[in-house]
Amino acid sequence: MIDWLALSVALPLLGAVATVALPRFAVPLGLAAALPTVWAALMVMVLVADQGVQVSALGGWGAPLGILLRADGLAAALLGMANLVALAVSLYAPGYFRGSVLEARFWPLWMLLWAALNGLFLAGDLFNLYVTLELLGLAAAGLGALTGQRAAVEANLRYLLVGLLGSMTYLLGVSLIYTALGTLDLEQAARELRAGPVAWVSFALMTGGLILKSALFPMHFWLPPAHANAPAPVSAALSALVVKAAFYLVLRLWLELFGPVVGASAALLLGLLGAAAVIWGAWRALRAERLKLLAAYSTVAQLGYLFLFFPLLAELPAGTARTELLGAAVLLALTHGFAKASLFLCAGLLQKAAGHDRIDELSAATQALPVVTLGVALAGVALIGLPPSGTFTAKWMLLTAAIDLGQWPWVPVIMAGTLLAAAYVFRVLGHAFASAPRHGDAPPIDPRGCPGANAIGLALQLPGLMLALVAVLALGMTAEPLWDLLASTTDPSEAAP
Amino acid sequence: MILDAWLPAAIVLSSLLPGLLIFLLREDRQLLRTGLNMLGALVKLALVGWLIWGVYEGRVFESRLTLAPGLDLVFSADALSVLFVTLSTVLWLVTTIYAIGYLEHSPNRSRFFGFFSLCVSATVGLALAGNLFTFVVFYEVLTLATYPLVAHRGTPDAIKGARVYLAYTLAGGTLLLVGAAWLHALAGPVTFTQGGMLGGLVDDHPVQLTLVFLLLLGGLGVKAALVPLHGWLPQAMVAPAPVSALLHAVAVVKAGAFGILRVVYDVYGVTVAESMGVLGLLAVLASVTIVYGSIRALSQDGLKKRLAYSTVSQVSYIALGASVFGPIATIGGVVHLVHQGIMKITLFFCAGNYAETLGVDRVSEMDGVGRRMPLTTLAFTAGALGMIGVPPAAGFVSKWYLGLGAAEAGSDWVLLILVTSSLLNAAYFFPILFRAWFREPPARWPDEHIPAARLETSAPLLWPPVVTAVLSLAAGLFAASPVSPLEWAELIARREYGL
Repeated sequence: MIDWLALSVALPLLGAVATVALPRFAVPLGLAAALPTVWAALMVMVLVADQGVQVSALGGWGAPLGILLRADGLAAALLGMANLVALAVSLYAPGYFRGSVLEARFWPLWMLLWAALNGLFLAGDLFNLYVTLELLGLAAAGLGALTGQRAAVEANLRYLLVGLLGSMTYLLGVSLIYTALGTLDLEQAARELRAGPVAWVSFALMTGGLILKSALFPMHFWLPPAHANAPAPVSAALSALVVKAAFYLVLRLWLELFGPVVGASAALLLGLLGAAAVIWGAWRALRAERLKLLAAYSTVAQLGYLFLFFPLLAELPAGTARTELLGAAVLLALTHGFAKASLFLCAGLLQKAAGHDRIDELSAATQALPVVTLGVALAGVALIGLPPSGTFTAKWMLLTAAIDLGQWPWVPVIMAGTLLAAAYVFRVLGHAFASAPRHGDAPPIDPRGCPGANAIGLALQLPGLMLALVAVLALGMTAEPLWDLLASTTDPSEAAP
Repeated sequence: MILDAWLPAAIVLSSLLPGLLIFLLREDRQLLRTGLNMLGALVKLALVGWLIWGVYEGRVFESRLTLAPGLDLVFSADALSVLFVTLSTVLWLVTTIYAIGYLEHSPNRSRFFGFFSLCVSATVGLALAGNLFTFVVFYEVLTLATYPLVAHRGTPDAIKGARVYLAYTLAGGTLLLVGAAWLHALAGPVTFTQGGMLGGLVDDHPVQLTLVFLLLLGGLGVKAALVPLHGWLPQAMVAPAPVSALLHAVAVVKAGAFGILRVVYDVYGVTVAESMGVLGLLAVLASVTIVYGSIRALSQDGLKKRLAYSTVSQVSYIALGASVFGPIATIGGVVHLVHQGIMKITLFFCAGNYAETLGVDRVSEMDGVGRRMPLTTLAFTAGALGMIGVPPAAGFVSKWYLGLGAAEAGSDWVLLILVTSSLLNAAYFFPILFRAWFREPPARWPDEHIPAARLETSAPLLWPPVVTAVLSLAAGLFAASPVSPLEWAELIARREYGL
């Protein structure tokens, strides 16, 4: 029997090695590794959906000694999303980088990042989580600084240092757990951990480190410059996947390890920070002058929504209501992954066509590239949380749960976040219809007056559009199987009688 | 029957799919685009005919798609939704023909007709919505689909009008969303049920349910243009004439009014709403809107602006009908949903014809247009007289039932509102009619595009208003016949009050 879990980590690693060894063939080699990787990841998802939790002990060594890969519903859902997004990025990157020296430099780091990402979703113990987290951070910072431009290097050096600080803090928490409990395996640790100083301190350290990496307000300062200055395919991966991986860890640790022992006040704190992020991120996105900066701030806001789920999950007793709400959180994370990647891929093309990404001067580019603009519009619908996107379903469930549990303060936050998001999305989309520029006496807009647009073929435009369609239609209309998939998520509080 | 489960969804898809295909067409594929449009419109008409027959016979049609645990997208058909679906379908067909003529030679037609079809699909979707969640979904989709239509011309004015429209409707949509989610948290899935679905819940949470009603009313009031939430409507007048026609007669304002009917009759139930005392508030809001809209209409020189304020006023008759307790007022409100639609679309078609043919878009330029464009002006006259409520036009029937219902319910002040409003209607329509028929035409029209030939303007512009004008007269003249909107409104009222 084929070990799809191991393959989905090993294949991109092989790809990384191959593209380093033969840089001249980086594109075909990279794509050759990418396609089977996605296949393996999807197979993992299918297996989990069919048979429940999948475990693979590499080399036959089980916990607590060996390296254990584990896929439950939560991991499988994020793995599936991440790999589909990564596929779109891989298909987009060759066209985007064509003719540039970056073409060869992109692939090794990108495949490394991919391997780290898959490893992180599938890691079954705390130390492997650390290793993959560190690897992810290194690869991400390297990719972000790929262009070598001063702003990009500066932003990503900061990102690297912040990331290191985050993972070191996380590691401190891990070592505390190991000292106290003598194990690194998640399931074993979950059985042993009791409420008390050890749980509290390790929770504070690990979650603190991770929220630094997931850019939760007020630790988001590093994200906008790093994501806005990277090349578009990299921004897409960073914003859609890398921060999402850190969020996934917070959620996973909280669900499996800390949730039952640290209590509701910690969850409330996460929720409050999330609420601040929703408002602040959306406000800054609205004020951003450049499209990619807008998209980056929108990530800050969207991650905020994800953290709003914690105080609600904390208050719900284990059972269907809680599983349903967890599904909504995951659905929101997935939809954001697809939508944000799409927005960055499309923004990259508008930038290529116009030669810049200043929002107020994008009329010609948006009109010369209608398919790209449609992608931006659909991704925007998902970011605002309008139907028929998955975000709308998730937001409806979030609102209902907040009202049901009497946690009213979140309701105005969600409303304000939605309206601010609409404001920043339509600030961009208005240009698709404008027949005259808003400022000054420039000549009227002629779509043919955007010479850069001609060089952009349909093949380069499709990955972004496809991602947006998944976010809006597939996740909006056909997301119900997600809850079945998540039913095989380890939730010890649920298993306990 | 298995087909019964597909019919409501098929009605929505019959405009959605052609719309999506149209987006892909090159600008110069005129014939194919027109073919797709007409095919969609005719298929929809046929399917709706089937639906009417089935609902009249009491068959149950329901399409259901589960989006998440406890969250279903439901299309189903009851008497009220059939009324609105039929209105949308018939007027969409007419408006499509009109729009094809109107937009000949203008740029971005594929984009326009694509969004036009999406707009109608959203309207039909919310008409067929079987629960509040589905209604909210399509209410928001309608906002999205209409934005590009308002912004279509791309001038700074159009972009600004579209932005104002969006700001109002999205803010309203958020209120609606919170109200609906709140209700969902209290009552579980809110299925539209004739006579209301809250049951004894009102006794447990009277305050919360009143707040929910206010939130829902706030959200729906934006699209229904209840004062003071009406600010977007006059600004949205920058849209091309077919869009204004559709917006005012079928799609956007009607979605709000239809939502108010749904909330009052099929969520709360009119008896419960009456006992909660929320109907009084709705009555006051609607009355203020009726009088205020008419007063503002008086002073507008722009023809489309005057018609827009007239819409603000007229649509609130529907809310007024819902706010007066009693089956007769209900009949008046519900039937006005149809009557106002046919009359107002006629008026907007005519306004578009004056502008397209002669460049006339102000009331002060309308001297003698009746001689140059007699058929259009006849249609306009029929619509205007209907709006005023001159018997036997359709508007008279609505007003008659509203007045009778108010008298029966003992709300005599409503009669005063109706009389005031009718006088004001006359005051802003008669000067137009007088100018058009009895003043001397000017030597030159402001901007004559289409010369007078055998027809006064191009055929696809001329026939739609004539057809809708005839429909509006027929709805009034044959109100007592078994296939009239009035008869159907009576059926609805009987079912809502359990008579």
